[in-house]
Amino acid sequence: MKRLDTTLYGNRWKPIAVLIAIILALPFFVHSPHWFTVLILIGLYSIITIGLSLLLGYAGQISLGHAAFFGIGAYVSGIFTTKTAMSPWLVIIIGMVGVFILAYAIGIPILKLKGHFLALATVGINIIVYVLLVGFSDLTGGPLGLQGIPKLNFFGLDLGNQLYFYYFVWTIVILVIFFSMNIVRSHVGRLLRSIGDSEIATQTLGVDVAKTKVAIFAISAAYASLAGSLYAHFINFIAPPTFNVNFSILLLIMVMVGGVHSIWGALLGTATILFLQEFIRFVSDTYLNISGQVEIVVYGFIVILVMIFIPKGFISILAGTWKLIRGQRNKITSEEKGIEHG
Amino acid sequence: MDFSNFLQFLITGLTIGSIYALLAIGFLTIYNTTGILNFAQGEFVMIGALTTISLISFGLPKFAAIILAIIITALIGLLIEKAVIRPAKNTSIVTLIVITIGLSIMLKGLGLIIWGTYPKTLTPIINIPPISIMGAVINPQSLFIFAVLILLLLALYFFFDKTFIGAALKASERNPRAASLMGINTATMSAIAFTLAAALGAISGIIITPLTDATYEMGFLIGIKGFVAMVIGGMNSVSGVVMGGLLLGVIEAFSAGLFSSTFSDAITFGFLLLVLFFRPIGLFARASGERV
Repeated sequence: MKRLDTTLYGNRWKPIAVLIAIILALPFFVHSPHWFTVLILIGLYSIITIGLSLLLGYAGQISLGHAAFFGIGAYVSGIFTTKTAMSPWLVIIIGMVGVFILAYAIGIPILKLKGHFLALATVGINIIVYVLLVGFSDLTGGPLGLQGIPKLNFFGLDLGNQLYFYYFVWTIVILVIFFSMNIVRSHVGRLLRSIGDSEIATQTLGVDVAKTKVAIFAISAAYASLAGSLYAHFINFIAPPTFNVNFSILLLIMVMVGGVHSIWGALLGTATILFLQEFIRFVSDTYLNISGQVEIVVYGFIVILVMIFIPKGFISILAGTWKLIRGQRNKITSEEKGIEHG
Repeated sequence: MDFSNFLQFLITGLTIGSIYALLAIGFLTIYNTTGILNFAQGEFVMIGALTTISLISFGLPKFAAIILAIIITALIGLLIEKAVIRPAKNTSIVTLIVITIGLSIMLKGLGLIIWGTYPKTLTPIINIPPISIMGAVINPQSLFIFAVLILLLLALYFFFDKTFIGAALKASERNPRAASLMGINTATMSAIAFTLAAALGAISGIIITPLTDATYEMGFLIGIKGFVAMVIGGMNSVSGVVMGGLLLGVIEAFSAGLFSSTFSDAITFGFLLLVLFFRPIGLFARASGERV
């Protein structure tokens, strides 16, 4: 007897168990610091893209401005930990709460806009935040950036150690996944899907659509802030260009390529794009002897292809394969039963 | 602020504003014909400008190089419509946004491979010394840009109002389904819209380059500004978006001149947000009730 829950949302434990197994196993195969950095960045960016997937895939609202919230988180951590003696953990929380409130306030007018206009407005927010980061150079260090952000220390465990930080970041990612899944599986999640399908229909059912949209926007912004703080403590140096619209665009591409309608799609997309970047960089460095941002050509090309031919993202292929395997298995079992009963 | 400064800022603003206006017309044509907002629009500016520079360096006379560059860019626009936009026509808005962003990234990358990272210059198209009026200095290139804008507006007016293709294009802007029922091939109209927008982008790139220089990455921000100009202008008439473009340029020039050039982008986009919040139909929209 299948539980209704499982039928509606699929099994929640299996994918998480698989993910945890992969996370635990990877350090046995990966030894170079460079690849550890890539794995850690996948974790950090996933925190943001999972939030974006809630916003875009479930609630149907686009954002090209999440790099701004990522940046605010990073700078809050950077500024407070270099200029005051506050606990970095407290600062991370302050950043998240602050960004949540800020995004909530911005979200109220902005999320009245739809489609292209929402996209443009969020681009506007991102550019404004970027300009402020460059402009208020007394606080932020301006274009030169902020240096000397300390490594984290978790109850005596030195997170400057790459392996420890890797485990730490991915623990956070799993917590974020849990939290997000609970949102998706609660009544709020059903509201979000309903809003994604039709705002007007949801409104007519007596749901405060605006409030729900703004809340999910603020939550996804707080995720970005968390990722930003951790990023600042990981890289130890932050500068404004990291937090410009280009990065927001990259985040959106990650979510879309992975598959927008599932949290797992966000994770898959983030990993795919980062591995792709590494691969293209490797090929262009070793074989083509070209440097700079040449990879963006291939990159743009792949994005176009995926969007035209697999608009539901890579996760749909994965899900399709999984269904195929399961379908085969179910068919076999039902045939066996058929023999029994026959 | 004395009067000469005021005049100087105004002229600078109108110059860059004319460029935004041309881009906004391109955006408007594509948006109204196809419902697509082409985030790659700015890349046409880059392609137009850099192709002209390359053609001149190959030894072509300047005038021929300009015409050829505009034609090449227009053909790229056409190719993009056929190869990328058409196959994806019936997908969601977000998918289309990401596709045109992908296009923009790809074109920028091709620009980088072909032309490298160093900014390239184009000598002014007309060669007369700067004119000084009431303490303000007018770069003749600005006058040239105004002249081009006015000529293009006249040409577009003639095209949309007096030719059959123009009328058909306008019909598919108003109501694609009704237009297709009247025997207008809306697919062809979409192709024409992209070609026209690409050509307009190329022209803006060519006329602005003597003032700003051209690089492979000039496209994105200038494209976004064109988009902003269209939104401020109201998205339903050429005259409206031209006003939007000019206003945007003037705001930018004054905020850079009076406050600081660091913050001018923040002020411009702050203004955009205010318009979106308080008058989302745009400042110069005709009250038509068509767009909500």
